[in-house]
Amino acid sequence: MHTAEGYNIIATMSAESRLQQQEASWAGLMRAAQAGDARSYDELLRAVTPFIRNLARRYCRNGELAEDVVQDVLLTVHRVRHTWDPRRPFCPWLAAIAARRGIDRIRRASRIARHEVSDELAVETFAAPGANNESGALRAVEAIEPLLASLPQRQRLALEAVKIRGLSVAQAASESGQTETALKVNVHRAVKALRRLVAADRDGEA
Amino acid sequence: MANMEPMDKRNTERLIESLSQDLAPVRPLAPPARRALLWLAAAGLLIGIALLRFADLGAFAARHAAPRLALESAAMLLTAITAIVAAFHLSLPDRSSLWRYAPLPPLLLWIATSSLGCLQYGLGLGPAGDRVGESGHCFAFILMVSLPLTALLYAVLRRAHPLELLPVALTAALGAGALAAFALQFFHRFDVTAIDLALHLAAVLVVAAIAGASRRVLA
Repeated sequence: MHTAEGYNIIATMSAESRLQQQEASWAGLMRAAQAGDARSYDELLRAVTPFIRNLARRYCRNGELAEDVVQDVLLTVHRVRHTWDPRRPFCPWLAAIAARRGIDRIRRASRIARHEVSDELAVETFAAPGANNESGALRAVEAIEPLLASLPQRQRLALEAVKIRGLSVAQAASESGQTETALKVNVHRAVKALRRLVAADRDGEA
Repeated sequence: MANMEPMDKRNTERLIESLSQDLAPVRPLAPPARRALLWLAAAGLLIGIALLRFADLGAFAARHAAPRLALESAAMLLTAITAIVAAFHLSLPDRSSLWRYAPLPPLLLWIATSSLGCLQYGLGLGPAGDRVGESGHCFAFILMVSLPLTALLYAVLRRAHPLELLPVALTAALGAGALAAFALQFFHRFDVTAIDLALHLAAVLVVAAIAGASRRVLA
């Protein structure tokens, strides 16, 4: 037990230091890119593409569409590159753009899907109240994604592993390098935070 | 579908090449709170000059000896400031989306203090003569002051190319509307009646609707 916990702590620390290194290196490249250094910018975009691709696949299972999101994110990063404040961390800025574009894509896809159903289905989906199950599910995904993005990273990862990807607590703990207790606490906190956010969102819309 | 992927990835590579070719240097935007306060200072200067020229400041001060009215005006000003600061934050990709709720507490205080005024004064005790006509002027005043203010806000906010437009548009409109309502306090000779309050809120809603409909300008 002690050794397992010790291993977990070391794994967590090394994962954290890797993230810190990545953050520092990307932030450095972005600072140079803002100053107009094309080579740093090229290196940065190549380095962040797999990261963006990972995020994009959360929104689109279809690889082709996910790659569309990746390109959309890269174009957006280019357009708003002056909105990154060099005194702030780079990764959350990038992740926020990717989340936004991913959600836009889901919205577009669900709009297209709604237009492409046959007449018979369309009547079933739109005329009968409460029959909007499919679009309801899509809306649930849409609604939850930006909220997920606003959670602290550890809580978000814990929640996604256990509640969305369906891993067991032990699997999720070893994957994320957290202890099982820490993971459970993070899942619990994430659910609580989400509940609060959903309520706040609902109030905002009402 | 899977065999499409390599081609897509090549397209992504090509996109990266084209983006990094002839890369122009950019100056990072100043922190949102600073930009918001600069905008507020500029708008405050404009409104201040207009008030010095046209408003009866002595009457304003005398009326605001009443704590309820002073609180109402303070709530309007606070709504304007928080909404505008929130709009600047929401225009950036990496700021909390919870900023959209920041103007709610002062907005509720504004509505509560105004409603209290209606209860104290508006239940048939007012000099009924020209009241409705005057409310109409108020409605026009709020629209005519806050629409240009919204345009001025848009001009600055769009520099960030906001990713989500509606929250930025609505907080900007609320800020401009609240600022206009605050400026209107300098011209009101009476406490608000229920009709006044309804028309003030309706004017702010019209501004919000126009701002929301024209949100694409921000992109």
